[in-house]
Amino acid sequence: MAAYILKRLVAAIPVLFGLTIIVFLIMAMIPGDTATAILGSYATPENVEKLNRDLGLDKSLPQQYLIWLGNLLQGDLGRSYSLNRPVLDEVVERFSATMILAGTSLVLCSIFGLLAGVMSAVRQFGWTDKIVTFFVLIGISTPSFWLGLLLILAFAVKLRLFPASGMFAIYGGGDLPDLIHHLVLPALTLSVVATGVIARLTRTSMLEVLRQDYIRTARAKGLAERKVIAKHAFKAALVSVIPVIGIQAGFVMGGAVYIETVFQWPGIGSMLVTAISTRDLLLVQGGVLFVAAAYVLFNLAADIVQTMLDPRLR
Amino acid sequence: MIRLLAAVIASVWMTISFQAAAQTPPNVLVVGQIAEPKSLDPHAVTAVNDFRILVNIYDGLVRYKDGTLEVEPSLAESWDISEDGKTYTFKLRAGVTFHDGTPFNAEAVKFNFDRMLDESHPFHDTGPFPLSFFFSAVDEVTAVDESTVEFKLSEPYAPFLSNLAYPTGLIVSPEAVKQHGKDFGRNPVGTGAYKFEGWDPNAKVVVSRNEAYWDDAAPLEAVIFRPITDANTRIAEMLSGGLDIMVEVPPDSLQQFRGDDQFTVHEQAGPHVWFLILNTKEGPFANKAVRQAANYAINKTALVENILQGTAEVASSPTPPAFAWAYNETLEPYPYDPEKAKALLEEAGYNGEELTFYVTEGGSGMLDPVAMGTAIQADLQAVGMKVKIETYEWNTFLGKVNPGLEGKADMAEMAWMTNDPDTLPFLALRSEAFPDKGGFNSGYYANEKVDELLNKARQVTDQSERAKLYKQMQEIVYEDAPWVFVANWKQNAVTSSRVENFKLQPSFFLMLQDVAKP
Repeated sequence: MAAYILKRLVAAIPVLFGLTIIVFLIMAMIPGDTATAILGSYATPENVEKLNRDLGLDKSLPQQYLIWLGNLLQGDLGRSYSLNRPVLDEVVERFSATMILAGTSLVLCSIFGLLAGVMSAVRQFGWTDKIVTFFVLIGISTPSFWLGLLLILAFAVKLRLFPASGMFAIYGGGDLPDLIHHLVLPALTLSVVATGVIARLTRTSMLEVLRQDYIRTARAKGLAERKVIAKHAFKAALVSVIPVIGIQAGFVMGGAVYIETVFQWPGIGSMLVTAISTRDLLLVQGGVLFVAAAYVLFNLAADIVQTMLDPRLR
Repeated sequence: MIRLLAAVIASVWMTISFQAAAQTPPNVLVVGQIAEPKSLDPHAVTAVNDFRILVNIYDGLVRYKDGTLEVEPSLAESWDISEDGKTYTFKLRAGVTFHDGTPFNAEAVKFNFDRMLDESHPFHDTGPFPLSFFFSAVDEVTAVDESTVEFKLSEPYAPFLSNLAYPTGLIVSPEAVKQHGKDFGRNPVGTGAYKFEGWDPNAKVVVSRNEAYWDDAAPLEAVIFRPITDANTRIAEMLSGGLDIMVEVPPDSLQQFRGDDQFTVHEQAGPHVWFLILNTKEGPFANKAVRQAANYAINKTALVENILQGTAEVASSPTPPAFAWAYNETLEPYPYDPEKAKALLEEAGYNGEELTFYVTEGGSGMLDPVAMGTAIQADLQAVGMKVKIETYEWNTFLGKVNPGLEGKADMAEMAWMTNDPDTLPFLALRSEAFPDKGGFNSGYYANEKVDELLNKARQVTDQSERAKLYKQMQEIVYEDAPWVFVANWKQNAVTSSRVENFKLQPSFFLMLQDVAKP
């Protein structure tokens, strides 16, 4: 197992390396440069040239990349032009915020998705199934940023039960209850689509398993229905659901870009959006590197859990 | 199981629900900003969003008089300008200290400008200083004695004083720069009404009252600046009581706040002008009659009232009325007169050639550029001008427009916000300011008389003399119509009814020195 994990981790290195090159090239290809973005209407050729020189952007592209790579190997991601602080500090802070949000959503969507899927499979074509399937369809089809705005209007503006934005209260607060209080609306919003996807898949997968002979055997030998579902059917169905949860982790992180903007959650998604519009190359690089690494790790984790559940895969 | 779950939910609910009801405490003002500040080093930033915080932490040698764009003494008590307009001598206010306890004096002023302008200065590497060219005319700064500082300019440069009133001229503590180096922007120290308390990245910047402020301590105990980039979220925070002031309210929502007594809407026209650059070098717009026709053909009142929903006023010339002293009040905006436009086009022999129109998707001060571009296209179409729109993202757009429109386009949207009536015409209307000479005259407008007036206006230091020159310039430019003059943006803000003494300034800076919130 350890050798397998190590092999997968080593295989991830060229992926990340290739990614940094792609990001570097894309950022170089999109028109407009950092100095123009900073200077705005004052971007005379003279001012742009001077500022690029001050920022160290007058060097050739391969040169800039190699400098960046050299620094990266020493654990230095450079300094953000637009934020005037080390990229690593900013990215770590932002990334942790995203992890809290995305992690909570992932837990929520796994719990609700699996529960809903199992419930509707067990009562196939019954009322429970119909109601769950109906809500799952709505969940999958709802644009999450729109849902976020609606939730803000209802729960923050009208009912004033939850804050409209941010991660902590602006004065006081800063503790765990405060964080949970701020987390409820964005985490719910972010988990809605993924819940639907997982619920659908769980339902299909459960239905397939429930038709298997060994389930009939289990029932025939007089096992309580709850045990049949929980111990035999669910565990087997989980094998095909887990990798999808791993992929959903990536989607949840991608979806965080909108949700973070709507809820002003200080995460890495909203940071990347700003960094791209200000042409802050080093910040984009640092952010993408972290997100990509997380994506690789999520999928690895999903594969490992799957292997543990299904002996055939070992 | 379900009972357990219910119990957990109920207990979590109890712990968090008493924290709800986002009412801000008295004497603490919470301001909704449009973005995270880039830095709190006034010499290193370019965005109005950052200026809103900076003008409350720092003072400059001079500042804009309340409600105007005229300079008045601040850290300098008085000044003398030499006959030739090349030496400015400032008498500094005595007994002022920075928030870190170090004294404000002539040496500190010298340090500030040397750091920005002298590439060999030991702290020049704490930059870059993108707007330092505001002071590029400064040759040398000398600390004559403790309270006298002298600026020697390489040439007479009348906008110098108003550039000093701009945030790039705010005075920072030299000791704090030496202590924090490149991180000074995150540990700002000035002399202003509020001192810096803390910066929680992407959540808030907190400043507290400077009890020893030379110009009377502020009524508020603290101000919290919150970055909220999404306008809808900012509105939701305002409505739910999480903000006391929000700036840059979208036009659609302004109506909603107007009808509610819990809020007050503030508006103030600023030194902003939104215009179309016309390519005077080639194509139909090389003919003055066609340019005037475009000015007559576009229904600016409809643009301002329907698309911008009253958040701007119709512009009449390249100088916004906010520069009251330099603005030519006799000029009326070109009226909407499609018949006259058609007659002018016919007289000019315009034969329906297609015009390429650069439109941007967004950008600083551009208001609602896509909708405005489309309405302008329709108005021009109505008088027989065929317009093809090309839309670009802001940075790309600047990269296309700033090098000049020649060979690419006939017209382009543009907007400027400046601090002196000199800046925009000097950088964008002189023949010396063609793009290949490093200026912004992307439409290649050239008129010797305008060149002469603008050059002369920089040399005379007497304000009424300067005003005369600018007014003449406006008349000529109005007649030549190198641009279509469209709109002057009104800045807006909404405050909760608990906020007192709040006023927007024509400078677009957010002055909070006298604001109270009992």
